[in-house]
Amino acid sequence: MSGNPSNAPILAAHHICHTYSGPSGDVVALDGVTLDLSRESFVCLVGPSGCGKSTLLRILAGLLKPSRGQATLDSHLITRAQRRIGVIFQKANLMPWRTVYGNLALPLQLIGVPANEQARRTQAMLELTGLNRFAGAYPAELSGGMAQRVAIGRALIHDPEVLLLDEPFGALDALTREQMGEELLRIWARHRKTVLMVTHSIPEAVLLADRVLVMSPRPGQVVLDLPILLPRPRTLDLLHQPEFVALTERLRHHIRPN
Amino acid sequence: MDSDTTATKSHPHRRPPDTPFSADSAEHAPALHSTPRLRAGWWRALLAPGFGVLLLVLWDVVAQSGLYADFIVPSPRAVADRWWDLAGDGSLTRHMAVTLREVLVGLLAGVNAAFWSGYLIAKSRLVANILMPYLVALQAVPIVAIAPLLIIWFGPGFTSKVLICALLVFFPMLVNTVLGVRNIPSELRDLMEALESTPLQTFWYLELPASMPIVIGGLKVSATLSVIGAVVAEFVSASEGLGYLINFGRGTFDTPLVIAAVFTLTVVALALYGLASWLERLLLAWQNAGRSVHN
Repeated sequence: MSGNPSNAPILAAHHICHTYSGPSGDVVALDGVTLDLSRESFVCLVGPSGCGKSTLLRILAGLLKPSRGQATLDSHLITRAQRRIGVIFQKANLMPWRTVYGNLALPLQLIGVPANEQARRTQAMLELTGLNRFAGAYPAELSGGMAQRVAIGRALIHDPEVLLLDEPFGALDALTREQMGEELLRIWARHRKTVLMVTHSIPEAVLLADRVLVMSPRPGQVVLDLPILLPRPRTLDLLHQPEFVALTERLRHHIRPN
Repeated sequence: MDSDTTATKSHPHRRPPDTPFSADSAEHAPALHSTPRLRAGWWRALLAPGFGVLLLVLWDVVAQSGLYADFIVPSPRAVADRWWDLAGDGSLTRHMAVTLREVLVGLLAGVNAAFWSGYLIAKSRLVANILMPYLVALQAVPIVAIAPLLIIWFGPGFTSKVLICALLVFFPMLVNTVLGVRNIPSELRDLMEALESTPLQTFWYLELPASMPIVIGGLKVSATLSVIGAVVAEFVSASEGLGYLINFGRGTFDTPLVIAAVFTLTVVALALYGLASWLERLLLAWQNAGRSVHN
């Protein structure tokens, strides 16, 4: 778990700029974003709506080519999407014609993992995500929280080294959201991944992350890089501790300077 | 986690609070397909057949009244007798088999051609730009009008019938396939891309199942159209088949034969539609998920 071979960042962005051209003219979404993620760290990206957080995530995932600048994975240029990077989208994004089991197993099927190995790993993932009793249920039968849990399981099942999450709990109610955050921490503690998560919620970012990056309004730039040194394991009780509140206040101040 | 699972089992919030049927919530019949008053009665099942019997009696009354000659409105009895004769000497089965074969081969060919061209059109803007104007023009031409041309080119036999049938089936299937493939959520395409799926995998694991509901809708329309196609083709030129029987009966003032053949055609069309609906239930069982569970 510890003792990484190197301290070199696993995922990095170098001076990334991105411009969308639309019918009403060009929109600069990102303007020179540079960041790096060290191995097995949990980093949250916060910022006002429309600051290009999702664009940045899509570029890092290899789903979008930046207008300028480059993204690298282990110092190799990211030119297209790859399995070493798992992506969790805003919506659970499940296949409605597949059961929970089928959705979890999809990445293994695509990779061509042998059938018995598929069954073993899918079963293990059902247990890890607490979805055992719902293996045969279709997405339409699930609550939002459960569907998102399937999405997390699906992103983890083929063991990618990096996990990119784009406001994964954005569509959930506040209670489920807190619960899912805790659960994500629990899963992360077991499967140490490098995580970059975009979120709207400052407390969520402070609760989960080792580092919080703050982006400015459009065009997006990283304006603050705040290490969160709170001890782990963290639970929801932390929300009312003075250190925690001080950190969220500081972040809030940076996102909305006045 | 536990609170989450229990919430999902009962799902009180998913059910609209004031449905007109909330009084007898013990039953969970789909609300849209039932009228409140008629729901529980066993005699409801007899309503549709009863209506049919009523129509039959009306027909018989008109036929017996002597207002119209027998060759204009024959009695149901005469039609049934004619049908029985035809069935008895095996000619009905023979003609039905001819038409059914044209229908099935035409349907299969048309649906196949439409699916693959629809898929290509949906996937490639270039192919769409080249093909679409011609396909729309083709659709604007009444098939009945080009049927004689096809018979000149391909002869009065099986091939021209299948072609006419396939042409008629083609367009609704094409439109549905294009829609089905184009409407696949881009997020699911991103997911497949992030998992480095090959084009073949994307087709098999995403595009085919995701477009299936709309494609099957096209298939159901096409199934009924294919019968029309075969009959139109037989009208133009044929020496066998149910369409030929109708034409022959008209020419010889054998109106019971015409009606008997029309009924048989209706049965064939209904059977095909039933087959498509069965396929739909089989392949799209997942669409019913989450409906009954939350009641």
